[in-house]
Amino acid sequence: MTDPAGTDPEPLIDVRGLEKVFTVRRKAGRLRRVREEVRAVDGITFQVPRGEMVGYIGPNGAGKSTTIKMLTGILVPSGGRLRIAGIDPARERTRLARRIGVVFGQRTTLWWDLPLADSYELVRRMYRIPDAVYRANLARCVELLDLAPLLAVPVRQLSLGQRMRGDIAAALLHDPEVLYLDEPTIGLDVISKAKVREFVREVNAERGTTVLLTTHDLTDIEQLCRRVMVIDHGRLVYDGALDGLRAAADGERTLVVDLERELPPIDGVPGARTVRVEGPRQWLVFPAAQSAAPLVTAVAERYPLVDLSLREPDVESLIAELYARGATGTEPGRRTPDGQGAPA
Amino acid sequence: MADDGGRPAAGRDGWRAAAAQGLYAYGLIVRMWVRSTLAYRASFVMMAVGNFAACALDFVAILLMFSRIDALGGFSLPEVAFLYGTSGLSLGLADLLLGSMDRLGRRVRDGTLDVLLLRPAPVFAQVAADRFALRRLGRISQALLVLGWSVTRLEVDWTVGRVLLVVLMAVCGTAIFGAVFTTGAAFQFWAQDAAEVQNSFTYGGNALLQYPPTVFAKDLVRGVTFVVPLAFVNWLPALRLLGRPDPLGLPGWVDFLGPAVAALMCAGAALAWRYGLRGYRSTGS
Amino acid sequence: MWCVAVAAGSFRRYATYRVATAAGVFTNTVFGFIVAYTFVALWAERPHLGGYGQAQALTFVWVAQALLAAAALMGGGGLEELQERIRTGDVAVDLYRPADLQLWWLAADLGRAGMQLIGRGVVPMAVGALVFPLALPGDALTWGWFLLSVLLGIVVSFGLRYLVALASFWLLDGSGLSLISGLACMFFSGMLLPLRVFPGGFGEVVQLLPWAAILQVPADVLIGARSGGALLRGLVFQAAWGAALLALGRLVQSAATRRVVVHGG
Repeated sequence: MTDPAGTDPEPLIDVRGLEKVFTVRRKAGRLRRVREEVRAVDGITFQVPRGEMVGYIGPNGAGKSTTIKMLTGILVPSGGRLRIAGIDPARERTRLARRIGVVFGQRTTLWWDLPLADSYELVRRMYRIPDAVYRANLARCVELLDLAPLLAVPVRQLSLGQRMRGDIAAALLHDPEVLYLDEPTIGLDVISKAKVREFVREVNAERGTTVLLTTHDLTDIEQLCRRVMVIDHGRLVYDGALDGLRAAADGERTLVVDLERELPPIDGVPGARTVRVEGPRQWLVFPAAQSAAPLVTAVAERYPLVDLSLREPDVESLIAELYARGATGTEPGRRTPDGQGAPA
Repeated sequence: MADDGGRPAAGRDGWRAAAAQGLYAYGLIVRMWVRSTLAYRASFVMMAVGNFAACALDFVAILLMFSRIDALGGFSLPEVAFLYGTSGLSLGLADLLLGSMDRLGRRVRDGTLDVLLLRPAPVFAQVAADRFALRRLGRISQALLVLGWSVTRLEVDWTVGRVLLVVLMAVCGTAIFGAVFTTGAAFQFWAQDAAEVQNSFTYGGNALLQYPPTVFAKDLVRGVTFVVPLAFVNWLPALRLLGRPDPLGLPGWVDFLGPAVAALMCAGAALAWRYGLRGYRSTGS
Repeated sequence: MWCVAVAAGSFRRYATYRVATAAGVFTNTVFGFIVAYTFVALWAERPHLGGYGQAQALTFVWVAQALLAAAALMGGGGLEELQERIRTGDVAVDLYRPADLQLWWLAADLGRAGMQLIGRGVVPMAVGALVFPLALPGDALTWGWFLLSVLLGIVVSFGLRYLVALASFWLLDGSGLSLISGLACMFFSGMLLPLRVFPGGFGEVVQLLPWAAILQVPADVLIGARSGGALLRGLVFQAAWGAALLALGRLVQSAATRRVVVHGG
């Protein structure tokens, strides 16, 4: 929209070696307290081009919220370089605020006791949105999010799903170039979730809004983002296509075999191990990268095989796997403050 | 009041722009709170009356005292009422304008301060306007009533200069109490549960200033003159108006230092606020 | 017994608010100083006002500051939580519990008051005693009677606040009533001015109201303004109001319970 070069030589979100170090005072003994450095975000680098939708995931305390807080200008980084649409968030917080939209799933920005429309009116005035733009944006949000019957209702009377829709609309009225969605579907029913996802997809397609999405619900990611970034212990452990996550995680695939009769666990098949036996049915796991064909041959040669099926790992287990590896890769007991739980 | 690094350009123009932006945002948010309040009209009336009554009872206690005595610390009832009215008016105005800043600690704890940092307006303006409570007009109107009554009873020749001095007193007093509210809020960036400490200086200060300084120990009077200069809210100018000597025997021109003291305190409060907010933005807690 | 566990839990919970307690102690002490000086001036003008000597009047000031949080002299006191549960309807769950609602909250309130008496009462009292000449008793027995009187006062304070909280069953917004009840307590307990200083017939009437049992009687016991028969009468006065208010609370509670059952919560 207002990119100076027009050709977008610089990605909309440009993060290089981003760091956030907190000093935490920890109790040591009865009275003594020791100062301890916690690297909540430990050298993260990524770029997001205009118009992309990226999932940003990681376990609690991994540094996810800390990153988002730096990207939105709430927190000042301890190190690294950070530009959103060419703006340094730490130095020009209010200028950035006009160019980004933020939705915190667990924290409404709407006015509790006033009709929903009043909250939008405040946004219009506070962001000084031109009348024509405001009317067009509001009309589009009202249409896509079914807000028309809710505009005159005090926010306190809205359901969680309705409120979330209201919040998302509030974040988009000023035409932000970047939309940060933090747990936008948390606590919503299936229909509301679908509606929110559909809307986000629509906004992205229609206006080219760049979306950065943090969530615990991987369905959000699967349905919205082709690219996903995984953070753990303050470091990016994965950045790439959702499909590639499977390979990167070295997930294991499972071969389920039905034998003619109950037998002792299958043994001696190279590269595979039996993890479960239930009557004649047995489960063998093997690395996802390995081909299944030689394995099937090996089993069929030695066991009376009736039927077999192959199970691919799902995203949840892949990420669990990534997390597990990340955890063993660093020293134990290191805590990373993240949002509310930050040790004070 | 200057904000964090939300200014596009440094220097005087940037400062002015931020101030204008802050006032504008303050007005917008205040309007929203007033409308929220009026959504519960009956509650609002009750709370406003309660606010008035709370202050009125305070004065009733003084009236009860004077039903048994003729003077307190050498001051008559109208004179005490004058002190009461001027101090109450200043506190009431500061309370109305930024009285909910003591909720900052709670906002830090529950994380809702972050939401304010996402809006294109100075955080100070947003925190100052937070929970703007019209019911606080109760204290202001009660103080005005007491002040009005005292003015009719005092044996003071009300020249234009003296009337102006009273107005100036109210303005400076409001600024001084406002600076205390702001400093107290800034303190909560570190001690989030310490909201009550600032009550000592605001409501406590008011309780102090409504009695004549002759009542208190010299050291206490020195403390509120030189350390936390609340004495400039009303004591020093009022003593001059009432033709009373100042118990510390300070030179006469000190009585007129109110505006300078108020400006100094506001500058200090602004620094404390900036420092606190900067700390918050670097630690997130 | 579960009551003890509830009280202990509440005590521990309030013990965790350390910064808030420290802030409260500071504020109580500052206010204590301010009021103490005005009382010095008042009693200098009229010695033996209300039958108190200056030291007794000063002791009254610091007792009031020490009991301010524990006896909820200016409102507050934690029953807002019950009020909130009533407003949101969560109280329906509590009413079906085997533990009696009134007893449960009384136990919790006593636990809270115990913590706040120690946490917020001791330091201001000690500071007051260090700076001003106070009329504190030298014998342990009077202190014992004082503590008993404080306990009874807290029960009376609870009885009043419990009724206010229960009013939320019928009122849409209970905050106005809470405010008025807090104001009444502040004024009629003697927090602003000892009730004995109130003039004439008004002064006699206010000493018969329940709020007199919260601060005026315990303070009088400590400063020796009540001893022998007067002490006994004071304690009976407190106990009577305590019992009456708790009984009234039960009546209102059963009416509220019927209402919840009828309306299905």
